Amino acid sequence: MMQNLALIILSPLAGFLITGLIGKRLPEKVTGWLGSLAVLVSFVLSISVFNQIAANPAGMHQKLFTFLSVGSLQIDFALQADRLTALMMLVVTGIGFLIHVYSIAYMHGDAGFYKFFAYLNLFVFNMLVLIMGANFLMLFFGWEGVGLCSYLLIGFWYENAEYGKAARKAFVMNRIGDLGLLLGLFLIIFEFGSLDYHTVFEAAARGDHNLGVITAICILLFVGAMGKSAQIPLYTWLPDAMAGPTPVSALIHAATMVTAGIYLVVRCNTLYHFAPVAQELILYVGIATSILAALIGLKQNDIKKVLAYSTVSQLGLMFVALGCGAYTAAMFHLTTHAFFKALLFLGSGSVIHGMGGEQDIRRMGALKASMPLTFWTFLIGTLAIAGFPFMSGFFSKDEILAEVFVHNKVVWALAVGSALLTSIYMLRLFFVTFLGSFRGTDEQKHHLHESPWMMTVPLAILAILSIGGGLLNLPEIVGGGMAHTLKHWLEPVTGKPAGEHAISHGTELALMGVAVAMLLGAWLYTRNKYQSKGVVPEADEAQEGTGRLLSHKFYVDEVYDAAIVQPVNTTGEILYEQADRKGIDRIVNALGNLWVWLGGLYKKVQNGNLEYYLIFMVAGLILIVGFNLFR
Amino acid sequence: MELILIPIIAGVLAALAGKQSRWVALAGSLVSLGITLFWLAGFRYGASFQYVFDKAWFSQGIHFRTGVDGISMVLLLLTNILVPVILLSALRNDKRNAATLFALIVGMQGALNGVFLALDGLMFYIFWELALIPVYFICALWGEGNAFRTTLKFFIYTFIGSLAMLASLIFLYSRTPDPSSFGYEALLAVNLNHTEAIWVGAGILLAFAVKIPMLPLHSWQPDTYSEAPAQGSMLLSGIMLKMGLYGLIRWFFPLVPEALNVFGPVLIASGVIGVLYGALIAIRQNDMKRLVAFSSLSHVGLIAAGIATVSVEGMQGAVLQMFTHGVNVVGLFLAIEVIQSRAMTRNLDALGGIAKQAPVFAVFFLLLVLGTTAVPFTNGFPGELLLLKATFGYKAVWGILAGITIILCAVYMLRMYQFSMLGKPSGGIYLFPDLRWNEWMAFGILALLVLWTGLFPQYLLDLCGPAIQKTMKGILDSTGVVS
Repeated sequence: MMQNLALIILSPLAGFLITGLIGKRLPEKVTGWLGSLAVLVSFVLSISVFNQIAANPAGMHQKLFTFLSVGSLQIDFALQADRLTALMMLVVTGIGFLIHVYSIAYMHGDAGFYKFFAYLNLFVFNMLVLIMGANFLMLFFGWEGVGLCSYLLIGFWYENAEYGKAARKAFVMNRIGDLGLLLGLFLIIFEFGSLDYHTVFEAAARGDHNLGVITAICILLFVGAMGKSAQIPLYTWLPDAMAGPTPVSALIHAATMVTAGIYLVVRCNTLYHFAPVAQELILYVGIATSILAALIGLKQNDIKKVLAYSTVSQLGLMFVALGCGAYTAAMFHLTTHAFFKALLFLGSGSVIHGMGGEQDIRRMGALKASMPLTFWTFLIGTLAIAGFPFMSGFFSKDEILAEVFVHNKVVWALAVGSALLTSIYMLRLFFVTFLGSFRGTDEQKHHLHESPWMMTVPLAILAILSIGGGLLNLPEIVGGGMAHTLKHWLEPVTGKPAGEHAISHGTELALMGVAVAMLLGAWLYTRNKYQSKGVVPEADEAQEGTGRLLSHKFYVDEVYDAAIVQPVNTTGEILYEQADRKGIDRIVNALGNLWVWLGGLYKKVQNGNLEYYLIFMVAGLILIVGFNLFR
Repeated sequence: MELILIPIIAGVLAALAGKQSRWVALAGSLVSLGITLFWLAGFRYGASFQYVFDKAWFSQGIHFRTGVDGISMVLLLLTNILVPVILLSALRNDKRNAATLFALIVGMQGALNGVFLALDGLMFYIFWELALIPVYFICALWGEGNAFRTTLKFFIYTFIGSLAMLASLIFLYSRTPDPSSFGYEALLAVNLNHTEAIWVGAGILLAFAVKIPMLPLHSWQPDTYSEAPAQGSMLLSGIMLKMGLYGLIRWFFPLVPEALNVFGPVLIASGVIGVLYGALIAIRQNDMKRLVAFSSLSHVGLIAAGIATVSVEGMQGAVLQMFTHGVNVVGLFLAIEVIQSRAMTRNLDALGGIAKQAPVFAVFFLLLVLGTTAVPFTNGFPGELLLLKATFGYKAVWGILAGITIILCAVYMLRMYQFSMLGKPSGGIYLFPDLRWNEWMAFGILALLVLWTGLFPQYLLDLCGPAIQKTMKGILDSTGVVS
């Protein structure tokens, strides 16, 4: 069964090659299903691996070939699967498959249909390399690979220059993070002499390494995570990434790629254990990002932008969990978030599809009647993310909040605030989009239709997962004997951190009560405002005061532009014009001219035609060489 | 020996062959490639020189001596793969006097082989100069704009460097025990005191640093690249500047290890500053050729810095990256030539939307852009990884500064691709035929190399590994540093 691991990554790679090379000549349906099938194969194989690992927690390992071997450093192209990887594999291939199927209908008729599936397959391949790699370099391979696919897919409609700009922004910002990650890798090599997970973590667990270096490593790895998982200050690419087709936003920019940073930190939990300073940093960055993004989400009118900021905010919440050392809670929320956020994005895709490309929620409304399935599944997604009791998000968010409550009361209060904001912007989005009165054009009204089954079936499946996802890791007060399944599952990877769940059941119930009360409040507030009173959000231009600040996203893009982009550009220009052309080159020319002037004194002796000199020189050389060599 | 003679003879024949010149040149070039591959097949892994040809020349002390070790093997491969590719891509070229152009290109292949094969100081110098001649004519006669003046500047620039090198070599020759010799090992065995080493080294370094080029001796490069014909830019950037980098490994550091403590830091500083300097300027260039010229300055800066760390990662990474950079930069110049020959411009402001008209070309071009940007699974990645690690290991701050290249390179490369290939097609782009068969083949070979080196860099690393270790040991033993 060992070859399973390689097959899991090779299947989407084969899918990429086939759809990419001959997909253009195949009918759409064939290309689409081939691409989907490639991911389905990986999914089925992942289940098999999952079952094996359930029986054998030590996991599996498979070396394919030696990638680099220089000096004492050897890095293999090797795969592994342990419990953490197995969970991620199911999320990536399972949701990946659903989104592939969805895309067959969504991308119907697009000129680049085959290319879309090729890129999507390539993405799944790289994502699997990222999570299945057995060393940090494999992780880096996948890490940059998914970044590349993200670039290709954000800029998928390449004739639009704005989209191209968004794609490049995403790639470059990710590369800033990647530099951090790469430097972290170098430090790991210098400290541990290897990049192999097993070697590094085993050595680290002994606890006799330089704590300063380990802290530096952890912070650098987190810089990488900031880029990929869109945390302050490297988050601004993610909202712009919504330029890509909606299935891409669901798969890459919500469910899988952006969670790579979470995966990285969980993977390295042995290192973070020795780096409390890095953990604190993660905690603060996470909570700040969570609040900031949630605030911005309140005033966005593009259906996908709301969801994008929501993703940034939820990722922040996961980092808060990591900052507390609550790895299970983070992975739990990662998984449920993958369910409901993929659902919401696909739902928004269905809306956009039905509205003929419209993304502005101010022109929507009353879609319930014409798109019932989309309506109900979107409602489920909204309730799941808002933490409606007993749905997946309720349990996973609650677990994070409970962990933070033990760890740091101030951060807890902020996290509760972020949860409240989440309920408000999601319910606002829901009410404005689906209820009230229709505000689009007559043409759009005429065009309105429910999406085909290939889009609605994935919605339905994700809706079921969003409802029931909490079963993965029920708290004790609800689950009794079935509680903490995920925690036990992950224990071989995360160990058994002391002090987890140090709160009483009474406190836990009280915390849940607070959450439910907040949700109720948010429901009443948004329902009253957007459904009963029928308020339509103002256009961005009409915003004033705080609203203006929020709708302009705190002007962070503008600040970055002025503080980084423009100075770099100006430096480039000044270096070129002043230092290079007017400086160095002029000095060189002056030196040259000096010689020309000197040479002028001898002009009468020589005719100055360089070609003649050269020809004589060559002829002479050939003669000399030939004569001496063959005499 | 045959690797030198066959291309040169092919060059002479091609010059006489008139209309069939291109085929004669290509055939000669391919025979040379065949011999290289044959040598590679019989190559014994190890640090010793193989396929040695040795014949006394002017006197007992000056030999016509050639041989191959792992380091020169990689560069021979590079040369003998790239020259046929360059010829292939130019097959349909119908500029005036095209016959001579093809003759010069294949002749250059012989001279370049000579540089990488030479195991005698004087021979090395002669081929070093000989290689300059064809490329001088190519650039001066088929160039555009101010080509004549620009090329003259380039020529004088490098010629001064070369003379300084000759002086240094002669000085070393004079120090060899009686009977004096220019032989590689004999020159290596010369012990110099610190002051002598600095002067001798400075002379040699001047030649190499101009050719590489290293900041601040680079100012011939942007003008020459942009005004040279495509084939000239490819030969210069793809292969010729590797002469300088190769020279650092084979000749410079082994000859003057006594002055490593002076030249090491200087080269690393110059290299890393060049990395940033080139990258920052490349971001603002609109002329695609100029952009690639500065990007090249940035990339070779890192290679030179890696060599100067005199570490296994740095030197092996450098050899790997020389191969990679050659492939990528030739591919980029080829892409620019494809654009310029069809759209009649290579100014980014005037381009856009080519991908829609020429999808096959778009894929190849993208792959080369990604290779240059060092995306994993492409050839740029493993070399850059090793070089950055070496620089970081030498001094963390240099590594971090050089590491910024992975951000800046993404900025300028993607910008170039965006503005030329993506977006809406502009005016003249509507008549942009996709690749012709010869261009397709040339790109195909380069693309295979991009992916092959990206996935299996160990092949080239194994090839040069033992020779690098021997070289390193030689350098470090003489400096008294225990490795």
